[in-house]
Formats: sequence, C-alpha cells, structure tokens
Amino acid sequence: MSLKTTLATGLVMTALLAPAAFAKTMVYCSEGSPEGFDPALFTTGTTFNASSQAVYNRLVEFDGATTATKPALAESWEVSEDGLEYTFKLREGVKFQSNDAFTPSRDFNADDVIFTFDRQRDEANPYFTYEGGSWEYFNSMSMSDLITEIVKVDDYTVKFVLSRPEAPMIANLAMDFASIVSKEYADAMLEAGTPEMLNQAPIGTGPFSFVAYQKDAVIRYAANPDYWAGASPLDNLVFAITTDASVRYQKMKAGECHLMSYPNPADVAAMQEDADLVVQEQEGLNVGYLAYNTKVAPFDNVNVRRALNMAVDKQAILDVVFQGAGSIAKNPIPPAMWSYNDAVEDDAYDPEAAKQMLADAGVSDLSMKIWAMPVQRPYNPNARRMAELMQEDLGKIGVSVEIVSYEWGEYLERAKAEDRDGAVLLGWTGDNGDPDNFLAVLLGCDAVGNANRAQWCNEDFDALVQKAKVTADQAERTKLYEEAQLIFKDQAPWSTIAHSVTFTPMRKEVQGYEMSPLGSVRFYGVDLAE
Amino acid sequence: MLKYLASRLLTFVPTFIGVTLISFAFIRMLPGDPITVMAGERGVSPERYQELMVQLGFDQPVYVQYFEYLKGIVQGDLGMSFVTKKPVWDEFFALFPATLELSLCAMIFAVGLGLPAGVIAAVNRGKFFDRALMSTALVGYSMPIFWWALLLIIVVSGWLGLTPVSGRISLMFYFPDTTGFMLIDSLLSGQKGAFSSALSHLILPTIVLGTIPLAVIARQTRSAMLEVLSEDYIRTARAKGLSPYGINGIHALRNALIPVITVIGLSVGTLLAGAILTETIFSWPGIGKWMVDSIFRRDYPVVQGGLLLIAVMVMIVNLTVDMLYGFINPKIRKR
Repeated sequence: MSLKTTLATGLVMTALLAPAAFAKTMVYCSEGSPEGFDPALFTTGTTFNASSQAVYNRLVEFDGATTATKPALAESWEVSEDGLEYTFKLREGVKFQSNDAFTPSRDFNADDVIFTFDRQRDEANPYFTYEGGSWEYFNSMSMSDLITEIVKVDDYTVKFVLSRPEAPMIANLAMDFASIVSKEYADAMLEAGTPEMLNQAPIGTGPFSFVAYQKDAVIRYAANPDYWAGASPLDNLVFAITTDASVRYQKMKAGECHLMSYPNPADVAAMQEDADLVVQEQEGLNVGYLAYNTKVAPFDNVNVRRALNMAVDKQAILDVVFQGAGSIAKNPIPPAMWSYNDAVEDDAYDPEAAKQMLADAGVSDLSMKIWAMPVQRPYNPNARRMAELMQEDLGKIGVSVEIVSYEWGEYLERAKAEDRDGAVLLGWTGDNGDPDNFLAVLLGCDAVGNANRAQWCNEDFDALVQKAKVTADQAERTKLYEEAQLIFKDQAPWSTIAHSVTFTPMRKEVQGYEMSPLGSVRFYGVDLAE
Repeated sequence: MLKYLASRLLTFVPTFIGVTLISFAFIRMLPGDPITVMAGERGVSPERYQELMVQLGFDQPVYVQYFEYLKGIVQGDLGMSFVTKKPVWDEFFALFPATLELSLCAMIFAVGLGLPAGVIAAVNRGKFFDRALMSTALVGYSMPIFWWALLLIIVVSGWLGLTPVSGRISLMFYFPDTTGFMLIDSLLSGQKGAFSSALSHLILPTIVLGTIPLAVIARQTRSAMLEVLSEDYIRTARAKGLSPYGINGIHALRNALIPVITVIGLSVGTLLAGAILTETIFSWPGIGKWMVDSIFRRDYPVVQGGLLLIAVMVMIVNLTVDMLYGFINPKIRKR
C-alpha cells in the first residue's frame, strides 16, 4: 500500500462524523485535563465539567441557561421560619451507575446525601483525608461552620441544620462541590483498600457514566441508560483534551470534534461566517474591574477615585480589548443577575471634569501603578492592553501611570496585601448566581486582605450585605442589594469596567446545546443530527 | 570497556545530587505557591492557608523538606502530585511512552533525512544543491516551533485534509494501554485501521519536533564530511581508484560520524525541550505537557520528580553515546 493510500485509509477511519452504523458519539474539545473526578476536592471549571456536570447530580441544580435553581435529586424542600432548618424530600427510584468494580445494590437515599457532606466536614469520616482531602470549595463557602448537623429523618428525607440563617443556601447546594456521591460505592472501595477509586473512577447518578480517562488525552463516557430524567439521546460522550485554542478550532473545522470551549476572541468572527459552524453566545456572569487600594493615600479619598473613574473611556476598552463582545459595567454584579440595580448611574466619561475634581481634591502630579494580569480570563481577555488604554486616558488628566505585572500566582498573592502600591486589574465569575457571591466575597469587610482587593470596608455597605445574607425573602434581599450598589457606586472602590460575553462554537449538527451563564458545559439533552 | 563504564557511572552520583538540588530549588524560587495558585481570584483565608501549608509539609524548614525529598528518592518514592494526588512515578510512566515514541520518530526522521542530506551537500560542495540544502537547514534551525506547528496544521490538516489535526489516534479506536506505544498497541489491538490512524497522527508532530535536529544534523554531517574529505587517506583512496560510493560511504562517512553522533546525543536534550511545545500544540499526552502544567500549578513534587527523571534519561543517552564512539572508532575503545 502506498503512503497515500495508507493515509487515505487512515483518514477515512478518522472521519468522525462517520456512517450511521457507528453509535452516536459526541466529541467535545476541552481546554485542559481534569485534576480528578471527585468534584468536591477541586476548584476548577475544567474539572467540574468532566466530573460533576457529566457524572453526578446535586440535590438542586441550575436550570439551563439561567441561574435559577430547580429540583434534581431533591424533589422539594422546606425552610423553617427561622431559616435554620432546610428539609429536603428526596427523589425515589434513582439508580447509581455501575462499573467493573461495583454494582449498586440499592437506590439513592438519604445515606448518600449525608455521606456526601460528611466526608467534607467530619474529621472522623474515613474519606475526610483521602486524596489529600482539601475540600476547598466547601470551606471557602463557609459550609463547615454553617452546617451544624445533617439529620436523616427517613430514607427519603434529610434535614440540614444551620448555625445561622443563610439565604444563598439553596444556590450553594447547586454548586459542584455538593454533587452527590454513592455511600455504598465509597464503603465498598474502602473495604477493598482502594478509596482513591472514588476520585479516579467516579460513580454518580448523572446522565453519563464514566468509562475511562487517558491522562492528558481523552475522557470517555457512555450514556447512563437508567438516568432518572430519561437517557441521553447520545450513546457516547468523549472529551478530547486540546490545550491550544487555535488547534481546537482546527479540530472542529476538520470534524474531529463537535463543540469546543474557549475560542480565541480573534477567531470568533471567522467562526460566525463558517457555514458548518454555529456560535452561541451568552452574557457571562462576570465582571472585570480595576480595584484601587482604598487604604493608601491619595486613593483613600473617594473624590480621587471618582475622578480617575471619570477619566477612563470604557467604551474604547470595550471596543479594543473585548472587540465589542461585552457590555460596560456600572455595577459590581452583572445585569443578568437578580437585584442588578439598573437605576445606578455610571460615572460619565469626562476628562475635563475629572481633571478639575483632582485639582479640587488637592492632588497634582499624581503618579500611580496599574497592575495588569499576566493571564487571559473571560472577564479580561487582554489586561496588558487594557492597562495601556487606561495609561493613555489617565495621562490626559495629568496622571502618570506605570504598568506592572507579575507571574499569576505572585500577582494574586501580592494583590491581597493591604499596603499594596497601585490599583489592580482583576475580575470575578460567579459561582452560584447569588449576588452575595459577588458583593460579600469581593467587597465585604471580612474579605479585606484577601479577595477584597480594594481593601475597602464600608460599614453601611457591609451591614446591608450581611443583612441580605440572613434574609429569606428574595424581594427584600433585592432591595438591600440595590441599596448596597448605590453605596458602592458613590464610594467607588473600583472602576467597574465590563461584563464580557462568552462564546461556544459548535458544528451545525449539534442540537439542543445550552450555554450556562455559570460557565458549566453540560451535554444532557444534546443530540447530533444525522 | 567495563572499567570505563564503571567510572562513567560514578560521575553520575554528583550530577544526580546536583540535579536534585537544582530541581528542588528551581521550583521554589518561582514566585507564588501551590495554595495561592489553586485559590485563584477567590483567595484563601490566612488560617486555612496555614492549615494547608502544614498539610503539604511547607511548615518545615527548607533543608528538612529537601532531606525528606532525598530520603524519598532513595526509597524510590518521588512523592504525590499536589493536584492529582497520584504518585509522580505512576504519572511519569503513564506519559513517558508517548514522549519516547514521538522523540524516536522525530529522531529517525531527523537522522534519516539529515545524514544523507549532509553527505550529499558535502560531496556537491558549493553547487546549487549544497546551497539550497544549507539555506533550508538554516531556516529549519531558526523556525519557531509553535508557528511551524500551527502552519503545518492549517495547511496540511486544514486545507489539504491529509492528516488529523491532533491527538494520538482517532477517538473511534479504544483499547487499553499495553505498552504505552500507540504504534505497537494499535497493532496488538487487532482493530482494523488502528495502526494507520496512529501513524497518520504521528506525521505532523514528528516533522515539527524533528525539524531542528534535522537541520543541526544535516549541517554537522556536511562540515564533518568536508573535513574528512580533505584528509590524505581519502586522496589515497581516490588515487587507488575506489568508487565514489566506497570513498564517501565507507571511508569518509564512518570517520565523519563521530561529531555527528555527539550532535545526535546532544539533540536528545533539544528534543525533550521541543517536546514541551510540540506536545502542547498537538495535544500529545506526554511528559512535556505534563511538566508545563505542573510548573503553572506549582505542583512541586511533579516538577522535581519529572526534572530528575528527565535528567536521568539524558544522562543515560549521553552514556550510550560515549559507548557508541567505541564501536565506531576502535581507537577510543582501546583507550
């Protein structure tokens, strides 16, 4: 056989969108390798997509293209008057998946729910320390001191007892770390002396069963035929790990995968013109901002901060850095989030007034540093370019700007320092669609010296956010958050820059794919046209 | 010969200790630590940070951490990855065959084309072929790997549709790893078309990874050949009426091979460095990509262990090259 024939044969065989005789296999070009398959041990979206979104379910889940929650493994729930007890009625007849080492003997029940959380909170649980046992999300959402007890009322009823009222509780339980694992599987693996299997060969109740993972190359799943909400129309799901965005694009064009994550912003226009491809877009649940250090003069003066905010042409940033794919931010939370206060007025772009305001504040010859992140993030595709635009704008009002950058780990570490010199570019993508996840995490007094990069602690703002956190009624919470946003704007600890739009390109035969504002990639309900 | 081998092996000891020190210090000199990188924008509370530091053993003085690490190495334990929680050793051996397979193919490609090209250029010194070949080699040598790989993907896979874009084999084929070498495993699997699929996936990465060594080998062969061709014994051979093939192929090439083999040996280091980029672009699940990910994640045990194992590989290759000299040149063997 000549080389050419060999190649041709190889190509025919490689052709993905092959004859109907093959099972329906969806191939997703993912951006990286999962760290493992027990989602509670990890914190990255890449890992969640490969584990919790495919293999597992949670008591409640985020509903399709919104951040609203819907019943999943819990059919319904009740919250006590004082907001301290959450009682969940569990779905009956839900089957766990099986693998070579394990076949479940019973359906999902309350024991699995209790085990799921106990392994993250109870030091006596044999799984508490397995695989390094750092339950980062559980801890960072303060679940360890929030949950005092989880009670099995009966096989299909569990009650969470909390130490304080927590309005975002339901949204928290929809997050990836709360994915329900099988206690029976965990027990069996412990007995077999291989507890790490819980992380390496996951068993869940989700739409796809884990088949195999070849490190850094391929993850294979098969549709779970017993899925409680009905089996997926796909037979198989494959993640082809492809780290480079240009290569992902080429693979999708060549038909080697059906859908890809994180396209290069520069490629999106060409993708939109390609007749074989469809590009979905979704307003990301994110915000990109510049955080001043409000503890260091002259940035402790609100008028200085506001003057600087007025000097920056955000429209230009949106056009150049985001290539128009986004919207100007005026609030710290994105417009898609409930309680977004549209009545807030953004600082007008007015260099003359800004100059005057600085002079009135007694500040002249100001020189400052702007920190530009060394990495590309959904909320900021090119921080260096953004910093350059700001440098130019601020130069026009007589402020000289030095742009500094550090390697990413170092950047994050140094940006936390309370005596930090300079304003940092950073941003946030929401975890659970609750405003508390932005306002308390990024601007609360507790977060100063940590995620609160503006080192800003405003008592009035903090009181409103804290009150909203323990208020059950959403209408009332909305009012509190709306008021907090007014204080935020008035005090200007940040220059709010933009909310970006995220894109998911796919081949046109992909049907029923829905982008999640939280950035999760889910294949349940997706089909491939013949 | 055995004595020589033993003395060479002894020199490994200080080199080995040096590598452990450098790899240990190198990753710790990079700013940022694994906990901060993992926490990302969210940050981590000072209390939790302390807890994790203790959990990862960073609360110990650095020299204690180093001796713990050395103790582990002596016991054959390179530690566990902070990220995947798997033994470094297991991860390395799961991924190394992929790198080895690609590197071997790249080497065969580079030597297979570079050696004859160098010889032909030397024999045709100053003629058009020589000049064309050497300018091409210069271009190949200076080619940025990343750009070259993307160009090949866009043209060969994208426009011409001749090869797959990335990966090791078509996703349609699924069989367990037996040897870790896809070409062998695909044959063993007995699945029709698996071998040709694996082969077609190797073409572009092999070319990309082999380009720089190819250029270096071609240039080195040419200059070594030119030197040898001007020697007296070649003139004698010519005068004796030996055929050009006999002169070039037997007398000249054999003697020119010594510096060429040195270059080939040194290219192994280049190959491993090139593998980092090549593997990243072609989604090739080898140790290059693994090391890059680990450096970004500050996965200390993986970076330390990986560097150490790679250094050992390079040392073994260098030793093999030294041994090879002996086979090619009996004068060295007798020394």
